[in-house]
Amino acid sequence: MSAALRSREALLVAVIALLLAVIASRFPGFVAPSNLSAVLYDTAPLILLALGQTAVILTRCIDLSVAANLALTGMLCAMLNAAAPGVPVVAILVLAAGMGAVLGAINGILVWKLTIPPIVVTLGTMTVYRGLIFVVSDGAWVNAHEMSAAFTGFPRQAVLGLPVLSWIALAAAALALVAIVRTPLGRALYAVGGNPSAAVYAGIDVGRTQFLAFVLSGTLAGLTGYLWVARYAVAYVDIAAGFELEVVAACVIGGISIAGGAGTVVGTLLGALFLGIVKNALPVVGVSPFWQLAISGAAIVVAVAFNARAQRRRGRIILRRAEAGS
Amino acid sequence: MSVGARHIPDRMHSPAARLLRRWETLLLAVAIGIFIANSLASPYFLNAWNLSDATFNFTEKAMIAFAMALLIIAGEIDLSVAAIVALASTAMGAAAEAGAGVPVLVLVGLGTGLICGAINGVLVTGLGLPSIVVTIGTMSLFRGIAYIVLGDQVYKAYPPEFAVFGQGYVWWVISVELALFAVLAVIYGVLLHRTSFGRAVYAIGNNPTGALFSGIRVARVKFVLFLLTGLMSGVAAVCLTSRLGSTRPSIAFAWELEVVTMVVLGGVNILGGSGSIPGVVLAAVVLGLVTFGLGLLNVPGIVMSIFVGLLLIGVIALPRLWAMGRR
Repeated sequence: MSAALRSREALLVAVIALLLAVIASRFPGFVAPSNLSAVLYDTAPLILLALGQTAVILTRCIDLSVAANLALTGMLCAMLNAAAPGVPVVAILVLAAGMGAVLGAINGILVWKLTIPPIVVTLGTMTVYRGLIFVVSDGAWVNAHEMSAAFTGFPRQAVLGLPVLSWIALAAAALALVAIVRTPLGRALYAVGGNPSAAVYAGIDVGRTQFLAFVLSGTLAGLTGYLWVARYAVAYVDIAAGFELEVVAACVIGGISIAGGAGTVVGTLLGALFLGIVKNALPVVGVSPFWQLAISGAAIVVAVAFNARAQRRRGRIILRRAEAGS
Repeated sequence: MSVGARHIPDRMHSPAARLLRRWETLLLAVAIGIFIANSLASPYFLNAWNLSDATFNFTEKAMIAFAMALLIIAGEIDLSVAAIVALASTAMGAAAEAGAGVPVLVLVGLGTGLICGAINGVLVTGLGLPSIVVTIGTMSLFRGIAYIVLGDQVYKAYPPEFAVFGQGYVWWVISVELALFAVLAVIYGVLLHRTSFGRAVYAIGNNPTGALFSGIRVARVKFVLFLLTGLMSGVAAVCLTSRLGSTRPSIAFAWELEVVTMVVLGGVNILGGSGSIPGVVLAAVVLGLVTFGLGLLNVPGIVMSIFVGLLLIGVIALPRLWAMGRR
């Protein structure tokens, strides 16, 4: 029980509750159910991407290309809709997820087959994907009037009181929650990140697991790409620029260790919600939105320091390194 | 993929063959090739003043790349360099707004760089945190502070004499920046290849524990490297601000990518332990020639960034593909 109280998740719940209480004491409207629902709606893309990033970071990798993947897929969806308004939303959803999966698989292949450090791979693909948006769109915007009503209406459609976008984020979180503890892949993510050598001896293909994590992260980024473009009803080269940092911040704040193998889906969710609440609260309490970037930066640094302290007391490492990857 | 008796050569390669197989030789060949291709592709390329202008494409980034090369060889990385440039430039802008003279402006720029480098250094070496995440964090933090200070405003009250660093010329077409680049290249070349500090950098990158047991103060060397990287970001901030004559919080956006690309293209192992300053110098020239050549051909900047991204992955992937093919 005391261990549960001292966990990162409990700490985050306390911090979020405190944050909400402080804001509510001056602006009671902020904690009204309708506003909290709006905050969830606003944070849904961050939750979706952070879930994928969690899988990647658990395997000791990092995916900095998610925002560019989101923007490229979003632009392609918007252009498809502008060119062929008749294509049903379901087809666009499948296309977006597939497109994102391919972009994620490119990262995964480079990390798996060529063993290039993930930070280098995704820094590279980040600029390549971002540049490709310019190439396919010729720098032009796709505006609201060029999109069909069904295309832009899907994410904001209310079902049982919540918009579809929020439901998708909640469903993805619920799925991740179960998958990460109940499927072989979920356990493999932890095994690979916790101790790659031991994972090899346990019969887990380290490279393949990392590849699948990248595909998962890419799929979620692609799916969010469509939802993002439809929600804001505009697509251009720079959408979601720098969003990858917010995604990594959500994971790190949620207690996902950058050294791999430690952290929970609940932590990631809380980390994303924390950032979402701060972002939405800034204008309410009268702080310039320009503070957002510095606050997430400071939160990353503080959270990393916390994570490192939590890991200081670790078990003895018996297997240092596997013999040249099976 | 034949698995047989391993081939053992009866003699090592001759010095000439070794020189030919070096990464730097390959880079030099690429640089000459691009130079020839550019002069054939555009009639405006072969002109002393145009070529002099082209050097501005890489001088500022290369200054940061020298320090970054040492940091990466030692097994760390600093992704906050571009944000440090932005913060240093903002600090200089605020000082200029308050009526500071040129020496004070330079001191403010370099000082801000040093402070930011020290913050990274303390977080990484003092608290033992991984440099990738720390500097992703400080990258948002430093640029975030620039945004808090400036928002959508712009600083442009720089005194006219301040323009000398980015717009002045030492002699004929040799700009102040190009001269500074050359001097810094020599300094960093000597520091890395001719001093015990340089040997310590290699030792740390190859085996930090081994280096520690050899009596190298690993944490201190790494801290100095973060300081140097911050300082060089400050130097680049002085040059860039002086050249542009204004400061916005988005200044030097995404430069960290180009700096890391430059270092990796220069033959520095991203995992640490090997690399050279001549390689980084050549990589800077190659990247500068490519961007300048593409610019003359009217290729937009964002398309060039695709090229930079592919180059970053390609230079690491190709040797590995090559090794896989030979196995």
